[in-house]
Amino acid sequence: MTKVTLTVNGRKVSGECEDRTLLVNFIRENLGLTGTHVGCDTTQCGACVVHMDGRSVKSCTILAVQASGSEITTIEGLSSGDTLHPVQAAFKENHGLQCGFCTPGMVMTAVDMIRRHGGQLDEQTVRQELEGNICRCTGYHNIVKSILSAADEMGGAKQAAE
Amino acid sequence: MYETNYHRASSVDEAAQLMGNAGEGKYLAGGMTLIATMKQRLASPSDLIDLRHIASMKGITVNGRHVTIGAGTSHYDVASSEALRAVCPALCHLASHIGDPHVRHMGTIGGSVANDDPAADYPSAVLALNMTVKTNKREIAADDFFVGMFETALEDGEIIVSFSFEAPDKAAYQKFPNPASRYAMAGVFVAKKGSDVRVAVTGAGSNGVFRHTGMEAALKAAWAPDALAAVSVDAGLMMADIHGNSDYRANLVKVMAKRAVAAAG
Repeated sequence: MTKVTLTVNGRKVSGECEDRTLLVNFIRENLGLTGTHVGCDTTQCGACVVHMDGRSVKSCTILAVQASGSEITTIEGLSSGDTLHPVQAAFKENHGLQCGFCTPGMVMTAVDMIRRHGGQLDEQTVRQELEGNICRCTGYHNIVKSILSAADEMGGAKQAAE
Repeated sequence: MYETNYHRASSVDEAAQLMGNAGEGKYLAGGMTLIATMKQRLASPSDLIDLRHIASMKGITVNGRHVTIGAGTSHYDVASSEALRAVCPALCHLASHIGDPHVRHMGTIGGSVANDDPAADYPSAVLALNMTVKTNKREIAADDFFVGMFETALEDGEIIVSFSFEAPDKAAYQKFPNPASRYAMAGVFVAKKGSDVRVAVTGAGSNGVFRHTGMEAALKAAWAPDALAAVSVDAGLMMADIHGNSDYRANLVKVMAKRAVAAAG
């Protein structure tokens, strides 16, 4: 067993696990943060997307020991209290989900996408960037709508602040 | 996944030393292939030597037309490097189409090239851009590096440290991704530098990435998509599987090569 230390959603945490333990299992089982999902287990579906040191990654394809020392943000770390993150609010507003299984990964992917592209997101880019996230319910239309709406709002908010 | 022992190296020398002490060790770069393979129990290294925290293996330097890319540089960092885009946008384009955004944040150029998957994108760039592969032991010319499917000139324990090349005058990469896996069914990287032309094909060859000298000769004579019309691509050298037979792949290679020349301008 190896000691893994992470900063998860701003909180320093540590736990013991085998070297072969996947980051997603460490997050779900050791830390009890079950918002991050395991969909395919083959690096394709993106339900397990979290941010590691500010970048979106698939936590089912990273060992917990590999991530040790890094800063992790999971879906649980996005909202501030009862106030949803703008991307979460946009998914709610635009009905960007049906069963909800892929949603944590979709939202974490969207936050990363908006961080990288800012207000310059267009529909084609959003669809291309969703390559690593699979949804079996929505047909993606409302997910794309949600992300564009959030990008607009977040880009607009940034401009207003400047 | 079978049990394994994880080690984090902070320098290239330390990594080589850790590998020397390991039983059946494997270097771990971004892990986007290796971890997935281990999960399927298709690989079971006794030890993993993590290279991701070796600072000297990361980053891109562009000096005039001379480019050096650390082996530990992620696909995302290659795709988004403004310095590289200014001299060789084709390589940024290639990197921006590997896997998906999350995979590009972890996967590295060194990991991809060392693994030498026959459908990987980077090997075609290494060959077409005539890169020099620098390891912890020596420098290897691109033409001597790729041996066959998943097989390179790397010796046991040898680590790729960086890649370097002179930026071409024109270059482009075009691939036809498998509709399901998104791996290249045929990917062609063309590069023109002075009177020299190199054409490298990935995803299609039954022995991994290769240069197509017939297309190189045709493009040396005339740099235009139509110059490839009369060149034949030997279907006997192509892979065949449920996704496409060898005639189909041979045709794809030619179509991708034409598109690449058109894209390079």
